[in-house]
Amino acid sequence: MEKPQLFRDRIFPVLVVVLAILLIWHVFVFVLNAPFERDQAARAGTTITFSELLPKTFNQERPVLPAPHQIVAELWDTTVNKPITSKRSLFYHAWITLSATLAGFGIGTVLGILLAIGIVHNRAIDRSLMPWVIASQTVPIIAIAPMVIVVLNSIGISGLLPKALISTYLSFFPVVVGMVKGLRSPEMMHLDLMRTYNASRAQVFWKLRWPASMPYLFTSLKVAIAISLVGAIVGELPTGAVAGLGARLLSGSYYGQTVQIWAALFMAAALAAVLVGIVGAAHTMVLKRMGVKP
Amino acid sequence: MNGAEWKTGYLVFAVVWWIASWTLNEWLVRQKPANATANRLLGLAVPLVFGITLLVIWECIVRGFQIPAILLPAPTAIWAKLINSLPILAADFRQTFLKAVLTGFVLGSGLGFVVALLIDRSPFLQKGLLPIGNFVSALPIVGVAPIMVMWFGFDWPSKVAVVVIMTFFPMLVNTVQGLSAASHMERDLMRTYAASWWQTLTKLRLPAAAPFIFNALKINSTLALIGAIVAEFFGTPIVGMGFRISTEVGRANVDMVWAEIAVAALAGSAFYGVVALIERAVTFWHPSVRGGRA
Repeated sequence: MEKPQLFRDRIFPVLVVVLAILLIWHVFVFVLNAPFERDQAARAGTTITFSELLPKTFNQERPVLPAPHQIVAELWDTTVNKPITSKRSLFYHAWITLSATLAGFGIGTVLGILLAIGIVHNRAIDRSLMPWVIASQTVPIIAIAPMVIVVLNSIGISGLLPKALISTYLSFFPVVVGMVKGLRSPEMMHLDLMRTYNASRAQVFWKLRWPASMPYLFTSLKVAIAISLVGAIVGELPTGAVAGLGARLLSGSYYGQTVQIWAALFMAAALAAVLVGIVGAAHTMVLKRMGVKP
Repeated sequence: MNGAEWKTGYLVFAVVWWIASWTLNEWLVRQKPANATANRLLGLAVPLVFGITLLVIWECIVRGFQIPAILLPAPTAIWAKLINSLPILAADFRQTFLKAVLTGFVLGSGLGFVVALLIDRSPFLQKGLLPIGNFVSALPIVGVAPIMVMWFGFDWPSKVAVVVIMTFFPMLVNTVQGLSAASHMERDLMRTYAASWWQTLTKLRLPAAAPFIFNALKINSTLALIGAIVAEFFGTPIVGMGFRISTEVGRANVDMVWAEIAVAALAGSAFYGVVALIERAVTFWHPSVRGGRA
């Protein structure tokens, strides 16, 4: 078999597709923004030629679809040109969202692992709880978000914690399901071997079940961190929040600031990519230390 | 009895009920019924007992601690509200579920499936699109909701657009993966039969891909509801589940919010259940179904 080459087989196709998407984007910028300019020209009683129209569609104040360079300019302006503590800095908003995401992710992971341990070791917990855990995944949990925020607000808890709770709720389920699968993944043979060693339950857990569950844990952690970010962003919507990426989306949509919405969206995407990347790196590192050959 | 005694009475009742139901469940999971029907009934009874217990304890705690209805209404109060406002709930259900969720789900999943088939014949496009599809699946896509609301207006088409974008990528990635699930041996066999690409697709590869496709459909059934509800936070006509939740929270009608959440939960579970049932019928040959567990 031919050896796959990194550039030809992996980077090049992705680059081509990204370029194609950018090209289509530019075409759409023109198509979607042109009606507004034509309308302006018609009101002024002038006709507009194509060569005049083209640059105008790429530099509108509130475009239907902003051109990529406008988004990059907005991102640059709100990250590099503003001090990090400023309320207009996108880093500041990203940090607000990130802190809620990480807090929720942390609580959710710990809770999920604890529950999974309970489920694996006690049949009653398993049979009563597991169907509800699975059923709860089919429920649009996000619908609860506004209520959690407002109710907690009314008893005086506001700020980070309510958003983190929503992230907890969302990130908790993938971890439970993944860990239950992982803790049950050791084969009969291995469990029997532990029995012949006269290993206690705790020993079986720490020496066999826990290490065996690591690949499953990290796979669910990747899902969990992505979904806790969604939870934190959605958690910022209903309160008309003042800060955070969700608040940027909301205020952008109120005031028709499309460029601001897109910039916040790209920031959220970058944040998600970095978070998933970190979990992925931790995954490979842990597996390597445990001696798993790639 | 005076008020204080009633309150402690409720709390004592909650504790007694908890202990009784837990003992019952511990006893139930130790039963080993001879025939399969009894076994299935038992599998249903255990989580059911647990669920009822949760409801009873919830009710008792609300009454025992006199928690104001604005924080946490009792299940009976929610049920009463649900029965009383059936017409409103039905209208919201029609707007959000029947119009936005179902249309978006069918369009998004169908589009993902078709695109996966189209790029199936080009390994280059697959290599380019798959990493991007995987990457986009991890992004907080709900963030496009404000943009879609701007483009397609307040009514349900904008929600359909959000749902389409959210459901497209899981379907694309899973279908492409599923289409490569058939082994080389089986494909070589089709070649020896001189089967065309089309014949190989319908007779071998699509059936082999069915578990992957249904996995995507299940993921999408949850995503679709989330997308539609969140999109409604950014603006709707005066009907819809997301709209009702965010406005009733603002008006402090928490029991109405819970009734709406109950409807959403029911709709989500039923939607998921229908997809799972179809899966069992279509992929009857798959080990996970033959083993009696979906």
